[in-house]
Amino acid sequence: MALFQDKKAAEGGPYNWPSRKDSKVIGKDQTRLDTLAKTTGAAKYTYDVNLKNQLIARALGCPHSHCKIKAIDTTAASKVPGVVHVHVFDHAKADSEISWQGELLAVVAAESEGAAVEGVSKIKVDYEVLDSFTNDEDLDAAEKAGRTAKGPGKAVTVREPGDDDDEDEFVDEEIARLLKESAHVVEGYYGIDAITHCCLEPHGSTVHWEGEKLKAYLSTQNVSGTDDGFANDLGISADAVDVHCEYIGGGFGSKFAPDYWGLAAAKISKATGRPVKLMLDRDQELKIAGNRPSGYLNVKLGADKNGLVTVWDSHHWGTSGSRGGGVSQSVIPYVLVPKNYRRRSTQVKTNTVRSRAWRAPNHPQGCAMTQTALDDLAHKMGKDSYDIFMTNLANATNGKEDVYAEEMKIGAELMGWKDKWHPHGAQVVRRNGRLRTKKRGALVDGLGMALHTWGGVANSSTCQLKVYPDGGVESFCGTQDLGTGTRTVCAMVLAETFGLTVNDVKVNIGSSTYPASGASGGSTTVGAVCESHRRASQDALREIMGLVAQKLSVAADTLVATGGRIQVKGNAKKSVSWKEACTMLGMKPLEISRSHKRGDASPLSNQGVGGVQMAHVQVDVETGVIKLNKFVAVQDQGLVINPKTCKAQIYGAVIMGIAAALYEQRISDPKSGAFVNAELENYKLARLGDVGDIVVHLYEPESERQRGVIGNGEPPAISPKAAIANAVCNALGVRVPVVPMTPKRVLEAIRTAGRA
Amino acid sequence: MTESTKKSGVSRRSFLKGSGAVAAATAWQTQQATAVETSTATLVQGSTSMTLKVNGKNHKVTVEPRTTLLEVLRYQLDLTGAKPVSSDGSSGASTVMIDGKPKTASTTLALACKGKSIETVESLGGEKPDAVPVAFTEHDASQCGFCTPGFVVAVRAFLNKNPQASEAEIRKGLNGNICRCGTYSQIIDAAVSVVKGGK
Repeated sequence: MALFQDKKAAEGGPYNWPSRKDSKVIGKDQTRLDTLAKTTGAAKYTYDVNLKNQLIARALGCPHSHCKIKAIDTTAASKVPGVVHVHVFDHAKADSEISWQGELLAVVAAESEGAAVEGVSKIKVDYEVLDSFTNDEDLDAAEKAGRTAKGPGKAVTVREPGDDDDEDEFVDEEIARLLKESAHVVEGYYGIDAITHCCLEPHGSTVHWEGEKLKAYLSTQNVSGTDDGFANDLGISADAVDVHCEYIGGGFGSKFAPDYWGLAAAKISKATGRPVKLMLDRDQELKIAGNRPSGYLNVKLGADKNGLVTVWDSHHWGTSGSRGGGVSQSVIPYVLVPKNYRRRSTQVKTNTVRSRAWRAPNHPQGCAMTQTALDDLAHKMGKDSYDIFMTNLANATNGKEDVYAEEMKIGAELMGWKDKWHPHGAQVVRRNGRLRTKKRGALVDGLGMALHTWGGVANSSTCQLKVYPDGGVESFCGTQDLGTGTRTVCAMVLAETFGLTVNDVKVNIGSSTYPASGASGGSTTVGAVCESHRRASQDALREIMGLVAQKLSVAADTLVATGGRIQVKGNAKKSVSWKEACTMLGMKPLEISRSHKRGDASPLSNQGVGGVQMAHVQVDVETGVIKLNKFVAVQDQGLVINPKTCKAQIYGAVIMGIAAALYEQRISDPKSGAFVNAELENYKLARLGDVGDIVVHLYEPESERQRGVIGNGEPPAISPKAAIANAVCNALGVRVPVVPMTPKRVLEAIRTAGRA
Repeated sequence: MTESTKKSGVSRRSFLKGSGAVAAATAWQTQQATAVETSTATLVQGSTSMTLKVNGKNHKVTVEPRTTLLEVLRYQLDLTGAKPVSSDGSSGASTVMIDGKPKTASTTLALACKGKSIETVESLGGEKPDAVPVAFTEHDASQCGFCTPGFVVAVRAFLNKNPQASEAEIRKGLNGNICRCGTYSQIIDAAVSVVKGGK
C-alpha cells in the first residue's frame, strides 16, 4: 500500500531547473534505459510473470449484445481434465440481464491454457436473446428505438435577452439573425466512429496470496492507486495488497482498475490456494476492455467576409455505451470558439460496453467534428485553409493564438505548404456526375491542418531518494512506465541534479510498495515524476554540498555538481569527487522523501499546451484508397527533458491518428449488435507501410522552456483525424464526413456529391 | 497469417480434428478447425513428450496435440519474449524463426516443430546482443514494447533474406506485425541503420 508523503513534514527548496546552457543531461537525447530488455525479450510483463504451480484461467464472454441468462451450467466444464476451478460471476447468474457482447460470464482455471479454453467451451448457458441497438450514427433509428436522451448543451450570444424574452426563443432568433447576416454560411455533417483501446498486452493479472496478503502482478496505469480497488471488493485492507507492474503492454486510458476479472483471479487464487493468471483474449480485449465514445454532428456556421467565424449552431450525438453519454459538449466547437454559439447534444444508449478514457478524452472527437467545418469554410470561400485557420486564431479560447501562429509558420515551412497548396478540388473535374482527375491517372493530392490543446498538469508524486556513502544513488517511486520513457526521465533528472550520468543512478518504479505516485492518465506523469525526483535530489544535494563546503572551506552556494564532481563554480581545482563527497555522509545513507501535490503551483511544472498538425495525402479517386505522403507535427510542452522520448510520443500519437482517420473502427452488426471485427486481422490498424514521412518538431523557445515540464502524451493524438480529413477534402473537393475514411466511404462521398 | 506445417506430414487442422479436443488455443481456431473435414487425420491423444530444439539447445517438453509452440515456449521454457497478442497470428507479436523462417508461434503447433530448429528473440540478446535489438534501442523503436520482440525477429529474418534492403523495401516488407503505440518511424530508421552497418 503506497502512501503519499505528507508535504508539510518535508519542506525544502527552493526548486528550479538549470538553464539551457547549464544543462548537461536535460534536453539532450537520451537512449531509454529499458529498451534493450524489451527488444530481447528479457523485460517481464504481467502476462510473462510465471509463478510456480500457477493456474491458467480463461473466461467465457457473452455471445449476445443483449440477452437474459436463463441458466448457466458448469458441470461439464468442471469435468474437463486439467480444469481445477470454475468461477461464475454474480452478474451472470440465472435471470441476469447482459447488455453488451463480450461481458464475461464465467472463468475456468486449469493446469494449462488448452484445458482452460476447453473448459470454457463446455460451459452451457441458456440465453433468452433480447432486442439490441448498436447503430449509434443513425439518430432517427435511435429515437424510434427509444434509445435517446437529451444531453447537456450551452448557448452564448453577444446580445443578451431582455427581461421579458423567453431565453430559448431569443437564442433561436438571434442565431437565425446572425446566420442570415453572415457573409459566408457552411452547413455540414461530420462524425467519428467508436474505436477501442486495443492494448497489445490484454488486460489481466497474475496473482497469488502470501497468507492473508495479496500480491498482484497487474497490467496497470495505476500502480499506486489499485490496492484499494482490490481491497474494497475482497474485504481486506489496502495494506494487505501489493501491486506490481514493471512493464505494461499498452493502456491508453483503459487500465486504471483491477476490473472485475482481476478480482475474480484473486478469488480463484484464494479458493484454490494457487497462483492464478487471468488475461483477456483478443476478442474480449476489443469487446469489453475499453473504447472511445463515438460522435456525429450537424452544424451551421456563419463567418464574416474575412472568414472569421462569428456564429456556430450545432447538435451532436453519439454513445459511451449502455448508459448513453457521448462526446462532451464542452469541446464543441474545438479550441476556436466564436462569440456566438449554441451547442446541443443527444445521448444515444447502445448495447455496447461503457467507454473508458481514451488518450485525450473528448478532444479528438471535438477536433474531428468541428475543425473539419472550419476547413469547409475555406473550401466554400475558395481560400487557403492555412489562412482561414490563421484568421480564426482570434477565436482561440486558451490564450494561445500567438503560440499557434508560430507553430503554424514552422509547420507550413516543414510541410512545404505554399508549394503544395492548391484550392480544394483543383485537381478534379466532374464529368456526367463522375469525378475525374484533370491529369492522367487516378491520383490526386491534398493538404489539411488542425490544431489542439491539452492540460497536462503534474500529478501527485512522492520520490524516496537514497544516497549511499559509496556514492550510489537510488530512487523509489510508485509510478509506472507505460512506454513513455518515465523510467529514463526519472534517471535523467537525478543525474542532472547530481552531476552524474544516468548509469550512475538506479530508478525503482512499478510497485505499490514504493511511495505513491499518481495514475498515468491525462499526460500527468512526466510532470509528476520530475517534480518529486527534482525536489528530492535538489534537497539531497544541498545537504551533501553543506558537508563539502565545510571541507573545502567555501560557502555552499558557490558549489555546483557537474561531471561526477562537486566543485566551486568555475574552479575545478576546488573540488571533490562525487564518491568522496558521499563518504562524508558517514555510515548511513542519506534518505530524503519529497512530494508534489497535483494542482500546487510550482516552478518545475506547468499545464496548458497547444500544437499544430498538417497532413499531405494522396487519394485514388477510383478505388477510394488514401495514402499518407507526409505528416508534420509541431508541439509545445514547456521544458523538454528527453527530446528522444518526447518525440516518440508524438510519432506514436500521429500513427494512432492515421489509424483512426483511415482504418480503425468498431463495426457492429446492425441486427444482432455483434462486434464483428474483434480480431486484429479485421480490426484495422496502421501498419509500417502506411505511415508515410512523419516530421516532428518540438516547439521549445525560451518562453516555453521557462514554463517547466508539461506532459505531451495526449495532445499530439488529437489533431490527426481532422488534419487528414481536411487534406482528403482538399484533394477531392468533396468532404468525406465520417472517420475512418474507408475506401467505401470515400467512394460514397464522391457519389453523393455527384448527385447533388 | 497461415502457418504451413505440411512438411511434417501432419497439418494443424488434422491434429485438431484427430485429437478430438474441441479447444485449441482459442475458440476462433476451434471453429476453423472443426469446419474442415479431413480424412487423413493422424490420431494423437493425450499428452506426449517430445524434444524441442530452441536457441540451439534440446529441451524435453510435454505437449498435447492442441498445444501451440507459443504455449510451450512461454509456460514450459519460460521464454516469454514471443507474446500472445492475437489468436490468428495477425499481429506478428509471437514471431519466432523456425529453420530460419519467421513464423508466428501462436499459430504453430508444438508437435509440428519436431526436428526443427527454433530461434526466439532471446537468442538475439545476451552479453553481445544482435545488431537488430541494438539498433531498435538506439533509434528508440519501442514504446510499451509488447510488440517489440516480434518485430525484432521479423526485422532480423527480413534482413537475413534482404541484407541490402532499401528503405522502400523495408516499408513494403514488414507489414506482418502491428505496433499499437506507433513506433513504425523509428523501426524503419533502425532497420535502415542495420543495413548501413552491414550487420
